[in-house]
Amino acid sequence: MLPRDLKPEQFAVYPLEARKLVTDYLGTLKKLPLSFVPGLLRELIDYDFKFPAEQTAHERELAKVGSLSNDQRKEWFHEFEEINVSAQLEAFDWVKFPAQFVEQLSAHLWSTHQLDAFRTASNDYAERLRVAVPPQPPPFPRLGITVIGKGVASYDDPLFRKLRPHGAYFTRVNPENGLRLLLDAAAARAQKHPAPYGHWYIDGGEEADHAAELTTVSYKALEPARAALLGRIQTELARPGMGPEALRTVLAQLRPWDLGVGAKNHGKPGDEVLERFDIKLLTEGSGTQIFSTIFAQWAAREALRRAQPLTLLVRFAPRQRQRPMNELITAVAPGPELDPVGSLVDADMGAYYNWLNQQRLPGAEQSSFLVWFEGHNRALVIGPSMPRGTESTSAADLGQLLTWAA
Amino acid sequence: MVPLNQSSVAQKLAGRLALTRRDFLRDAAGLALGGALVGSGVLARAGIAPRNRKVVVITFGGGARDQETFAPQGQGNIPHLMNELIPQSSFFTQVVNRGILGHYVATASLATGVYETINNFASLPPEHPTVFEYFRKDRKRPASDAWVVAPSNGFNRIGESSHRSYGPGLGARVILPKHLLTAATSGRRDDYQHLLRDNYEAPFYAPELAGSEFELQQLEMILKLSVDDFKAHAQTLSSPDELSVYIAHRLMQQVAPSLLWITMHDIDIAHAGAYSLYVDGIRRTDRLCSDLWKAIESEPEYAGKTTLFILPDFGRDSDDDAGGNGFQHHRTGDALSRTTWMLVAGPGIRQGVALDRPTESTDLVPTLGAMLGFSTSLAQGKPIEELL
Repeated sequence: MLPRDLKPEQFAVYPLEARKLVTDYLGTLKKLPLSFVPGLLRELIDYDFKFPAEQTAHERELAKVGSLSNDQRKEWFHEFEEINVSAQLEAFDWVKFPAQFVEQLSAHLWSTHQLDAFRTASNDYAERLRVAVPPQPPPFPRLGITVIGKGVASYDDPLFRKLRPHGAYFTRVNPENGLRLLLDAAAARAQKHPAPYGHWYIDGGEEADHAAELTTVSYKALEPARAALLGRIQTELARPGMGPEALRTVLAQLRPWDLGVGAKNHGKPGDEVLERFDIKLLTEGSGTQIFSTIFAQWAAREALRRAQPLTLLVRFAPRQRQRPMNELITAVAPGPELDPVGSLVDADMGAYYNWLNQQRLPGAEQSSFLVWFEGHNRALVIGPSMPRGTESTSAADLGQLLTWAA
Repeated sequence: MVPLNQSSVAQKLAGRLALTRRDFLRDAAGLALGGALVGSGVLARAGIAPRNRKVVVITFGGGARDQETFAPQGQGNIPHLMNELIPQSSFFTQVVNRGILGHYVATASLATGVYETINNFASLPPEHPTVFEYFRKDRKRPASDAWVVAPSNGFNRIGESSHRSYGPGLGARVILPKHLLTAATSGRRDDYQHLLRDNYEAPFYAPELAGSEFELQQLEMILKLSVDDFKAHAQTLSSPDELSVYIAHRLMQQVAPSLLWITMHDIDIAHAGAYSLYVDGIRRTDRLCSDLWKAIESEPEYAGKTTLFILPDFGRDSDDDAGGNGFQHHRTGDALSRTTWMLVAGPGIRQGVALDRPTESTDLVPTLGAMLGFSTSLAQGKPIEELL
């Protein structure tokens, strides 16, 4: 089937808001190429469970594409039109299963050497959209905070090497009560500028006490879901014919209640938007089921990309020592050993990625970022008023650093 | 299929990457620019007839980025490459892989000289003749003269293709050391479990073996290694690649194949997202490459007549591409993930030179053919003249 053959009734399986949005723009979608539409539907089918920033972005994108003249549309989509899609893919039920279609399209693009062309088409489209519908700046400057090194008594090697050229490195930070101070600062921002999913606290271990206004995700809280997921993976892999692609498809279809998370499991109202976000971290992330450091980094990446928070505090915690995944998923050992120093190295890179991902959002030039070696006197601050590539031996506490960062 | 403008942009990025890499090496390892060297007949001048030459190829499944290797901040992770191997090598700074960036299919492409499109996760043979088949058929060599040591079950069929003019009976013998260890430790795997993960791209999945396996009983017959000794030695090793290098060295001592291909994959732990483990993998691989070169130089069957090729199958994603997640994967298809390098050392190979001109992954097989004296008629690449 081609997009021009789309009919409203085909979207009956879509959730309510998604169905309404898609059918409102059905005339537009019918004019777009097959190499493009399923990718858009993959996002829109989950519209009801998206963060406000994502919903707004989708609405603005559809409105813009719908407003294009025929000539403009040809210009915007000619590169996608040139992508050759196989008859087998054309026959796939991509309306009902857009994510699976995109997965198969990806394999087709690689094997037919069209990936580079598709990549160019996607980048060009994103750039046109960015120019035509500029991302909305945040109502006030973003703040990113990353805390690394929990459980490390001493570490003499350099830290923050990739971030130092961008900010000021402080070596006499007063660590006393540091985490509390940072969490309180995040809470104060949430209380002063309330916004749904606007202020986040992600913990790679067990979450510390925090204000209710913070949207919270933690590795520890998802432990039952991780165990359920790994059990599910074992079961699926035992089925005949199961391979990595088929397994990915099964995982992509899991919902919070399948892993014991969410309202339908507990019989009480929950936050399905956040629950679905949590589950995707585990089903779509690589290594997030096993190592807490990549869980925290990936959660931060996805929170920034999808929710575009105004405040994001990420605290890394020690991950387990490397052991084979087969052993880990069968959980034969009584309890994992931790690798605090290795986790510090992971988190140091993770902090860099947190900053990079924050800087990809609108308002980057006004954003601030602080990374602190937990319990120690080393920190680095990046902000519009902070000198770059500098080092300070001035004594300061984390509250002062946050003030200077703004 | 690729529009000209896109191809041009990718070429520029790859070229820039190669120049930066060359500059790093010139500064740190003292390499000279070797771009003007063409067709110098180096092997002929070394006085080694093709029939007496041997080749060892080391590929990495899972590239390492320059910032963790050749760039100033990464050079501490590869002391053996920087200080021992590169100064006595011809170093190609721009080896581009235009194929599928999955490890099995990319290794198959390296081994056939054609960008293969087989399923990366299925136990399938390459569709085009492998270098092992060309070598054995053209040179009328026995099966014992071409061997592959590979990391995971999925590589079991890398030794010979499904091509109707080649295929069964003409390929390389394949050893999967981890599989051997699994067999050797059946029922008591806990001590060895840390070595036995099949691969990192699909960490929960190991394909069923198909094809001609190197059986456990052949350990003793071919490698002169008892199962107990094998198990005992494995207990001293920290990684699958260490096990592979141990087996490869054993092969060199007991069988001395003319064409030995070793595929490593410790670096690919990067897929699990732990940066420290990825860097540990780079450091270990650097050491193991040096160990293999020392083995080549010390084994009488190899010393003085062996050319060593070291090349990653491809790179990893850059930090700058929002579509990826930095070092963790190689999914974006960006220039960094496609542009890798190759180190070549041995008798007659010019030492301490960097060559910037672009070559492709598919050039390896025709180069090996020209070097060892066999035809590679179905390969897409071209022989690298600077090595011949």
